[in-house]
Amino acid sequence: MEYKIFLIKYAEIGTKGKNRYVFEEVMCKRMRSRLKPLGKFEVRREYGRIFVEALSEYDFDEVIEALGTVFGIVGICPVCVVEDVTYDAISKAVCEYIESEYPKHDFTFKVNARRNNKQFPKTSMELNCDLGADLLNRFPTLTVDVHKPDVLLQVEVRNVVYIYSHTIKGPGGLPVGTNGKGMALLSGGIDSPVAAYMIAKRGVLVEAVYFHAPPYTSERAKQKVVDLAKLVSKYAGAIKLHIVNFTDVQLAIYDNCPHDELTIIMKRIMYKMAQELALANDCQCIITGESIGQVSSQTTQSLYVIDQAADKLPVFRPCIGMDKQEIIDISEQIGTYETSILPYEDCCTTFVAKHPVTRPALDTIEKSEQALVGKIEDLYRKAMENIETINCW
Amino acid sequence: MEAYFDNAATTVVFPEVRELMVKIMEEDYGNPSSLHMKGVKAEQYIKDARSQIANEIKCMEKELIFTSGGTESNNLAIIGAAYAKKRAGKHIITSEIEHASVSATMDFLEKEGFEITYIGVNENGQFHLEELKQSLRKDTILVSTMYVNNEIGTIEPILEIGKIVKDFNPAIIFHVDAVQAFGKLRFSPKKLGVDLMSFSGHKIHGPKGSGALYIKDKTLLCPIIHGGGQQKGMRSGTENVAAIAGMGLAAKLMYEHHEDKISGMKALKQYFIDKVTEFPEVYNNSGDAPHIASISFMGVRSEVMLHALEEQEIYVSAGSACSSNHPQVSSVLKSIGLSKERLESTLRFSFCEYNTTEQVDYVISVIDKLLPMLRKYVRK
Repeated sequence: MEYKIFLIKYAEIGTKGKNRYVFEEVMCKRMRSRLKPLGKFEVRREYGRIFVEALSEYDFDEVIEALGTVFGIVGICPVCVVEDVTYDAISKAVCEYIESEYPKHDFTFKVNARRNNKQFPKTSMELNCDLGADLLNRFPTLTVDVHKPDVLLQVEVRNVVYIYSHTIKGPGGLPVGTNGKGMALLSGGIDSPVAAYMIAKRGVLVEAVYFHAPPYTSERAKQKVVDLAKLVSKYAGAIKLHIVNFTDVQLAIYDNCPHDELTIIMKRIMYKMAQELALANDCQCIITGESIGQVSSQTTQSLYVIDQAADKLPVFRPCIGMDKQEIIDISEQIGTYETSILPYEDCCTTFVAKHPVTRPALDTIEKSEQALVGKIEDLYRKAMENIETINCW
Repeated sequence: MEAYFDNAATTVVFPEVRELMVKIMEEDYGNPSSLHMKGVKAEQYIKDARSQIANEIKCMEKELIFTSGGTESNNLAIIGAAYAKKRAGKHIITSEIEHASVSATMDFLEKEGFEITYIGVNENGQFHLEELKQSLRKDTILVSTMYVNNEIGTIEPILEIGKIVKDFNPAIIFHVDAVQAFGKLRFSPKKLGVDLMSFSGHKIHGPKGSGALYIKDKTLLCPIIHGGGQQKGMRSGTENVAAIAGMGLAAKLMYEHHEDKISGMKALKQYFIDKVTEFPEVYNNSGDAPHIASISFMGVRSEVMLHALEEQEIYVSAGSACSSNHPQVSSVLKSIGLSKERLESTLRFSFCEYNTTEQVDYVISVIDKLLPMLRKYVRK
């Protein structure tokens, strides 16, 4: 069957009271922009519902895939429309719908009719009974099951009639742009793109920062992060990626601080830079891909010490309680995994010590950092003043 | 100043080649199989290219097939020979240090039921001829070796190998991957006792996507690409006329004033090696090929050095460029017995006729500045 209309289901937005229309409008805007390259579509809100109507030829799978990247959507229902609002027309359409959608007539069903159009002579209950009876007459091998039907046939009588029974799962979450903005630290690994995705899923606009350390990290490593940002932008919308040249700062740490504390101190400075960048770009949070215990700098003690460096903004770590495999599963699902595993060195591993500290104490680290005073400020400034920004989408 | 020292990876196209190719694409774009004038004209370019290459390597024109490059030539030679001879036996001999287009093809044939023996090399990267002699068997059908190693520039003793193989059994097919030798050395497959020889266009200032395979007259090969029967059925598909013509002209130009150019290249390479090994703990691993210098900078990871040089517009390779997509320890450097530390800090500098002494001086001055800095910052 060819569908002209999709009914978009959303859950959480509905609970937002008077703000609801703002959420809906943001979601519609995202849908329009994702559908634009696929043909002519109208996205409209009516009676607390969102509909997508195809006004030109389109590819079904492409549309489902595009809508599947719009946070806020819980389900996508391909809808059959009946213009003639009479019982006979509805009954005929329902039978044809079942015939074409479920050619094997060996399932249980339930009709769930809703008569929003009070001009229509039959009530919802009457519609349920009569349409059920018509279906049983037409397809004697079907059975009714009102508790756990295989097919739940929805019939909505408005100024036209909508018939649907499939719901294709959407990504859920909240429309991007309805929940402030965050600055994600992207390393090029598996976790950070997943973290950015998960926060974007809660409606947060995402910007990103990458610490580039030439010649220790290559142009390809940087391109990999750009590619990852583009992949996440499919869901999160365009991502402004800030690229900080970190080499001089990193070498200054190397020159002045104990080697086994290098990664911790480096990450603290990255957090400081990310926080500064976040504040300058109206972000209210920092987003990272850390997961407890994954590497030495992600032990609880290390996370505590690193966290203290971001003293003005909260750090959101959506992967914090996940196992590596769980993170990998999401990265595969959102399509970043293949890119993440390309073997280019990132600056965190360049000088990583053979035996880095796993239980750093804040006062020890702060004492070690004293050695940077007077040496790092200019390098820090220079790095922050020479940021390259790429719009990824 | 820019210094492109990665000519074993690929070369800039000669201006004459570029002009010829543009003319073919703009004006003489016919299909060489077409019966009309445009087709005849296109076919003529292919004939010219064939004659240009045949002229340089002293073979018959009909002994050359054009391909999409060195990789396809190696695939066609090895798979084609293995299948053509499989009734006579299933044993193939190659070396430990072959290019991936040979070694991966051998892996493929191994899965297809062929048996592969790998010959080792000495500390200079030269094949152990004694090992070869002992590996030859009654059911050996093919011996495949490279002429010039792409990472360190060793010139292999092809003439001796050919003698050993053919003395043992003249029916064994002898294939040589001459991609890095073509245009750099003067040779003739016939005189070397070679049956199949692979060439690439883009290593000699021709276009990428161009290559050739010398197939000695009366050598039987199974084609690996099937279709319209072009090139006597050995390599179907409409010929890439512009690329073929470009490769032919590049070969001709490459071998013009050849002795002068090669002695210049050799001198430049030696000048570079002399200068660069003056730095402490910098070692030379290079073979005799005129264009390849393999240098180890102890204490600096090759990738870091490569990117540091890149920032100064100096372009080189870490190991072999073709395998640099997946950074792994080079098999050649390992085979010649380098320590892990040394092979992880090895770069390849490869030259062409456009490189100058000024460029070498520039590179040396950059290395002089970089080396102490890079050696200071290491993992510990």
